[in-house]
Amino acid sequence: MTDTKDLLTNPDILRELIMDHYQYPHHHTLIEDDSYLKKHMASDSCIDDITVQAKIEEGILKDIRFDGVACTISTASTSMMTDLLRGKTIAEAKEIIKQYDLMLDGKEYDADVLEEAVAMQNVYKQANRIRCALIGWNAIKGLIEESEK
Amino acid sequence: MFDLEKIRQDFPMLKNHPELVYFDNGATTFKPQVVIDKVEHYYTHATANVHRGDYALSVEVDRLYDETRAIVARFLNCDASEVAFLHNDTECLNQIVYGLSYQLKKGDIVLTSVAEHASNLLPWYRLKEQLGIEIKYLPVNAQGVVDLEAAKALMSKQVKVIALAHVTNVLGSVQPIQELCELAHQYGAYMVVDGAQSVPHRKVDVKALDLDFLTFSSHKMCGPNGVGVLYGKKELLENIPPLVLGGGMNARFQSDGSVLLKDVPTRFEAGTPNIEGVIGFGAACEYLMDIGMDQIHNYEKELRSYFAEQIKPLAHIQFYNPDNATGPITFNAKEVFAQDAAGYLASKNIAVRSGNHCAKILHELIGTDSTIRASLYFYNTKEEVDRCVEAIKEISIENAIGVFF
Repeated sequence: MTDTKDLLTNPDILRELIMDHYQYPHHHTLIEDDSYLKKHMASDSCIDDITVQAKIEEGILKDIRFDGVACTISTASTSMMTDLLRGKTIAEAKEIIKQYDLMLDGKEYDADVLEEAVAMQNVYKQANRIRCALIGWNAIKGLIEESEK
Repeated sequence: MFDLEKIRQDFPMLKNHPELVYFDNGATTFKPQVVIDKVEHYYTHATANVHRGDYALSVEVDRLYDETRAIVARFLNCDASEVAFLHNDTECLNQIVYGLSYQLKKGDIVLTSVAEHASNLLPWYRLKEQLGIEIKYLPVNAQGVVDLEAAKALMSKQVKVIALAHVTNVLGSVQPIQELCELAHQYGAYMVVDGAQSVPHRKVDVKALDLDFLTFSSHKMCGPNGVGVLYGKKELLENIPPLVLGGGMNARFQSDGSVLLKDVPTRFEAGTPNIEGVIGFGAACEYLMDIGMDQIHNYEKELRSYFAEQIKPLAHIQFYNPDNATGPITFNAKEVFAQDAAGYLASKNIAVRSGNHCAKILHELIGTDSTIRASLYFYNTKEEVDRCVEAIKEISIENAIGVFF
């Protein structure tokens, strides 16, 4: 565990993580399945255009997928989000999202629950890119809310 | 005389940000001290509303405000009564479309192009929905320039308007406006020209071109924000109803609903205008005329060509408008998302724009959604171009991500 922690404070590793998630994004296909909730994120900016799908049943995020055209930060942060939240309960997911939002707000956060997503730790310093790191996360937030209605 | 060093001294933003290379002039421009002084003068020495008061100060503000109309008329070679001040170019285009909607009917055709900015398309789209007019796109070449022969083939009695940007905002291509204007007039159609990207950079003589309507924006040509210029031939302005109704634009009205409008152009200026903006814009036009629009145009051509020659040989750069003489340098770094590349340039203090630049159907032409646009103005230098080129050479995904560490 300590080893992983050390790795996740090494800038070279974090840079590599973003690169990997950008070039080979995880869960990067949508499926035709009515049991999935779906959110198209395109109206916030005229550049990024992604769609996030989630299958949320019995209070658990059973599957999360996404597709679309987006920058490195949008793509990598969304890909990391799908890894991190798949299989989590809604309550767990909400806590992780909360910590992620704190990190993007430049506040104190719990790095342990964010795992690889700590690669986004410096994005808050570039105001024009914060939105990129939030696009996928805001999508899943919306889908969780929708599932609770 | 075109004295670059002296010109640069006129711009506080250039002095206050020596680290910055500002190549986003297509979005907005810096302001010379004379413009800032004029705006400040309004706040510190001459604050009053326009066209309303009976006291000396108010009359002085009227004088300053109306003087700008005369300056702009001189700038465009038209009559002061043909110049209305709205709040931005977009509003001016909306005003024209709204005004013409009273003359258009189902089946009428508006010709435009896929290279247009949203403000010259969306208002027409609404007329299509409301009235059933038809919108047709003039065939363009790879650089977005309208093909005149193809345009001729599209003309008919049903074509009522050709609505086009003089210079397109993404590729900076110059449209054959004069020829299209002649063509439009042969068929009794109006020529509506969006001058947002042309008027700041070249001499535009509305009489010589015989334009029916021209719109542009103060802030893209060294003037304050919040001022759009609507030029229209007087008899045409008199035949389009104002988009916004209210104070300052009517002469009298009665309880039975009858309204007598003020004469043009005042009837298009409902509500208190951006008085200090208009006054400051007058100073901007004078500043540009003092340097000389031809001088500005020639220098920008030289600078653009200097920039283009250095971009052409770069193997990792897709250069979309290498053959244009003027306008922005529009490109992408292969395999790098435009916003990532722009983010890398930003980390080197180079301000450019990434995205689709409000021209969302242009991708049908150039095959990409997002580009990087480096847009120059006459106060930019070859040294700044060199710095930008050096940074462009270093654009890669690795470096774009490296910005965050």
